[in-house]
Amino acid sequence: MQKSLHIDPGKCTGCLQCEAACSLVNEGAVNPSKSRIKVFNFHDEGRFVPYTCTQCDEAWCMQACPVDAIVLNPENGSKDVLNDVCVGCKVCTIACPFGTINYNSSTGKVVKCDLCGGDPECVAACPTQAITYVDANATGLDKMRAWAAKTDNAAGA
Amino acid sequence: MSWTRKILRVNLTNGTVQDEPLNMEWANDYLGQRGLATRYLVDEIDPKCDALGPDNKLIMTTGPLTGTIASTGGRYSVVCKSPLTGAVACSNSGGFFGAEMKFAGWDMVIFEGKSASPVYLHIENDVARLMPADDLWGQSVWAADHALRQKHQDPQVRIACVGRSAEQGCLYAAIVNDLHRAAGRSGVGTVMASKNLKAVVVRGTEGMGNVADPSQFMQTVKAGKKVLAENAVTGQGLPAYGTQVLMNVINEVGALPTRNMRDIQFEGANEVGGEAMHEPRKSDGKPNLTTNGACYACTIACGRISTIDRTHFSVKDKPEYWINSGGLEYEAAWALGPDTGVDDIDALTYANFLCNEDGMDPISFGSTVAAAMELFEEGVITTEHTGGMELKFGSAEALCWAAEVTAKGEGFGVDLGLGSKRLCEKYGRPELSMTVKGQEFPAYDPRGIQGMGLAYATSNRGACHLRGYTVASEILGIPEKTDPLESGGKAGLVKAFQDATAAVDSAGLCIFTTFAWTMDDIAPQVDAACEGDWSTERMMEVGERIWNLERDFNQKAGISGAEDTLPTRLLKEGAGSGPAQGRVSDLDQMLPEYYQLRGYGADGSMTDETRQKWSLPA
Repeated sequence: MQKSLHIDPGKCTGCLQCEAACSLVNEGAVNPSKSRIKVFNFHDEGRFVPYTCTQCDEAWCMQACPVDAIVLNPENGSKDVLNDVCVGCKVCTIACPFGTINYNSSTGKVVKCDLCGGDPECVAACPTQAITYVDANATGLDKMRAWAAKTDNAAGA
Repeated sequence: MSWTRKILRVNLTNGTVQDEPLNMEWANDYLGQRGLATRYLVDEIDPKCDALGPDNKLIMTTGPLTGTIASTGGRYSVVCKSPLTGAVACSNSGGFFGAEMKFAGWDMVIFEGKSASPVYLHIENDVARLMPADDLWGQSVWAADHALRQKHQDPQVRIACVGRSAEQGCLYAAIVNDLHRAAGRSGVGTVMASKNLKAVVVRGTEGMGNVADPSQFMQTVKAGKKVLAENAVTGQGLPAYGTQVLMNVINEVGALPTRNMRDIQFEGANEVGGEAMHEPRKSDGKPNLTTNGACYACTIACGRISTIDRTHFSVKDKPEYWINSGGLEYEAAWALGPDTGVDDIDALTYANFLCNEDGMDPISFGSTVAAAMELFEEGVITTEHTGGMELKFGSAEALCWAAEVTAKGEGFGVDLGLGSKRLCEKYGRPELSMTVKGQEFPAYDPRGIQGMGLAYATSNRGACHLRGYTVASEILGIPEKTDPLESGGKAGLVKAFQDATAAVDSAGLCIFTTFAWTMDDIAPQVDAACEGDWSTERMMEVGERIWNLERDFNQKAGISGAEDTLPTRLLKEGAGSGPAQGRVSDLDQMLPEYYQLRGYGADGSMTDETRQKWSLPA
């Protein structure tokens, strides 16, 4: 079963545990500025929204890369950056419509979410299940269940 | 590690910034944040100095766990001598500013001297610069925050800032970070403004990569998070209702100070409590509470994100307040509500917004308004003083007006900015000030919760609930239930809470974790993150050492045991209703035992023996 990150902004409290965990595991230091997942705080609206790579099937970053440094991980469907191949040209950052692949000036390479190889740390760190890792074919299941629960079927009883 | 081992020293008189190594000998004795910064303060200033003069210093300080992934590990504190109390001030704040200081590579920033003209400090990793702030002076926290973001074109900066109240000399001005978190108490914002320092802007991209034992640390952090999630208070009560979960609870036990502590229960408590914030309002069907928001790394998320009813008189012509921002926490809701007799939740939320917008401690502000209302009802303050405003208990209009004029330091707002003690003295009725050592009470009447009377009287920063929160035991049964109306045994309870709190406040963690965590949950996280062995016993020792260091500073500042007392009202006037009806605070029965447990003289003085036991500086 292929799994996919699923984000429910309504559950997010903006605590940045996901950013802390992502940067710690992937960069070796708690450093939200280097996190591959970002939480945006829309202060005036009272909304927190986590955002990261959704691992497009037709990954524009992968297609744009001139040196084939972004490859499909067949295990979990993530598109991974090969650090020893990446030349830091940043074309992928232009190609990605969502802004979720970014340049790291201290390494000269690009970084993006690789689902931590199939066990995403942001999911483990999130205290409110705003970020979950679920069946890619049924990311809407929870929402469907919630709406189903509201369905009035008293007339049929 | 987990300390960055680097301090930034900013001399505002000379306009210089300089880095220096952290004193690790002191870190071993005082851990970080509250304790460690107090050790620096004790070393560097004369306790008798003018709190608003250039000889006072202002220290922004983090703990070793600040900026780590430990739950609530984002706290920072501001330490200086307080202009409100003359005692040591140490005000703790969450949000994201403290963690950013660590990400930039700094344990502490020490500000000394006074700038000739307004400045702000910009820190980007190891580069720190003082920048002119003439254009920011006279602006609110919210306006200055916006202007600084525009100027630096960096949405990721974190900002701590003072507002107009601080500039105008309000003695309980706060330092507000991230728009609505605050180092709130004791006038630390007033000290910052007295140095002509408007703001600190931080951006850190270095990160925190130096925990001593990363895998052990992650294990202890995960275990700690699980305890918080499974606890009824930290896992359910606080996320759903915030600290406002307490409003109806404290009212029912008969310990909700009402109308400047004349009464002990508030008939309108239900209108302004945590449950009321969930009630859809008539105008637009939305509740006051939009969502709960967390500080950095906090897995509890007690913070309230709220709106004011757009049709409410306070904001109907002011669309700039039709936004979401920091909503009512219990202490603020109490001071702005029950203590002033106002039961209008939108008026309270508006006043709370203004406290954040212009950096005022809502506890001291609300309590001072309450004192002014009693003075008005006694006929001592009149409409001539207020410019026509009827300053009556229960008046939402008066509360909103008071917040507006105090925030800007206009008219009668200058008097309100004096705080309750100086206001009541000015108008010749000092007995109506509900303060200890000049600082206003928080939201627990010590007649109904006896341990809190001793905690207030002996708190090193004046009346305060965050120096020894025996409410946890006396009302909530944490870690075990004691009788709130019983004074026996409370001396030991107060001491234990005071020492444990001092240690938690020095670690970089939030004291609210201790609704669920004991020191046995906290010490292993500190131990895994820091060099050396940090056992529960050592943490408690560090806490007691910090307590005595603060006490010694206060004594050297001229504050004696005679000031370990409460207003006459709480010692002589019996509670009017509820379970504590007829009771006064039994402070005189608890204090001698407390002094004995602390190793102080019978008059509360620090003894040489105790000073030596804790290796305090001479």
